[in-house]
Amino acid sequence: MIVDMKPEDIVGEYQEATLTYCDGKSRKVLYTQLETPYPDGKLIVSTTTPDGIISHVNRAFVEMSGYTEAELLGAPHCILRHPDMPAAAFKDLWDTVLRGEKWQGFVKNLRKDGGYYWVKATVIPNVRGGKVVGFTSVRRKPSRSKVDECIALYPTLI
Amino acid sequence: MSYMFTVSPDFAPDRLSGWYIFNTWLQKQSAEAIHLEMYNHYHDLHQAIAADKIDLIYANPFDAAMLVREKGFLPLVRAKGESDEAIIAVNADSNINDVADLKPNTRVAFTDDPDVRLMGMIMLEPADLHAGNIVPLLSDNHVLVAKHLLKGEADVGIILAEAYDNLSGMIKKQLRILVRSQISVIYHSLMIGPRLQSRRDDFQKILLEMDRDEKGGGVLNALGFSAWQRIEDEEMEFMIDLMDTLNT
Repeated sequence: MIVDMKPEDIVGEYQEATLTYCDGKSRKVLYTQLETPYPDGKLIVSTTTPDGIISHVNRAFVEMSGYTEAELLGAPHCILRHPDMPAAAFKDLWDTVLRGEKWQGFVKNLRKDGGYYWVKATVIPNVRGGKVVGFTSVRRKPSRSKVDECIALYPTLI
Repeated sequence: MSYMFTVSPDFAPDRLSGWYIFNTWLQKQSAEAIHLEMYNHYHDLHQAIAADKIDLIYANPFDAAMLVREKGFLPLVRAKGESDEAIIAVNADSNINDVADLKPNTRVAFTDDPDVRLMGMIMLEPADLHAGNIVPLLSDNHVLVAKHLLKGEADVGIILAEAYDNLSGMIKKQLRILVRSQISVIYHSLMIGPRLQSRRDDFQKILLEMDRDEKGGGVLNALGFSAWQRIEDEEMEFMIDLMDTLNT
């Protein structure tokens, strides 16, 4: 289940936006301009069910997202979606992995405290016995130049 | 019938005798004739795998996908609490303080150890470095990677963290760690091939009880491990998926 973000969780001045996901559900998100730098040497790893519900997270995911593991498990992966991210990027992600292919892109993620962090994300379908049983997503530190390109490009896609 | 056991060529040189002792112990416990063949280079190992010569292998995670998906291997155990990590190191006097300081044509020393190189190259990505814009310096082992740094022949070196930690104090004093990976989910695994798979449960049981065996504990010690832990099939599939996401 996806719930609105709460003002008491937010650190710093925030703006509001309402995101509507591809399944038609909406969520009020609160976001700030505070960036959390991606730590060197770490990978954020998660798996989801075929419907995009988080089924596994590693410690780096918990640290960077600001949510507890209990809050993340069972939540839809779009809990991390930032309003600055164009919906077209996620459509491309889902279209690609549902074809059974690997997707890679640069993503601005929303933290529980309203801040954000940039990642280079790779998502692959988990195929077991010929069936897609879920997806694995691995995020790593992006280069600043790629992030800057995305900061210029993404607003033109929204 | 005799079976063949091998160990990924990135084994620590001072553990070589430990692997021979382990093989002797395993033969006795399993009552199988197992010959240990050590390869110094991945090229030779991969030729042996392609020729279906191997029945038991302590495999690099990079090879695990191919062993499972193309050669029908199954996981047995992994060293308890151990994972593969890599280090990006520079000469202690280098003016590079952050990976982001690196520029194209950086001279990068590494070995042919594929998972360490993969992890290292991922840690260089924040500087927009990739295989196409670095000057590679392929080295025979991790000590030679360190020597390239000491002699100023390389700007950065990619070294298996365990190998870095085992370098002499004198060498480490002249090096500096730029980044140490904290991936935790990539590890070597002992895997069993199709010809021996009817004995998979027996081998797993023997290995999982090894640390409690009178002689087994000492053998594990010779390998630098405390105990083995079971790898479930899904755990192995997860690591293969993970390697797949990283290998892009």
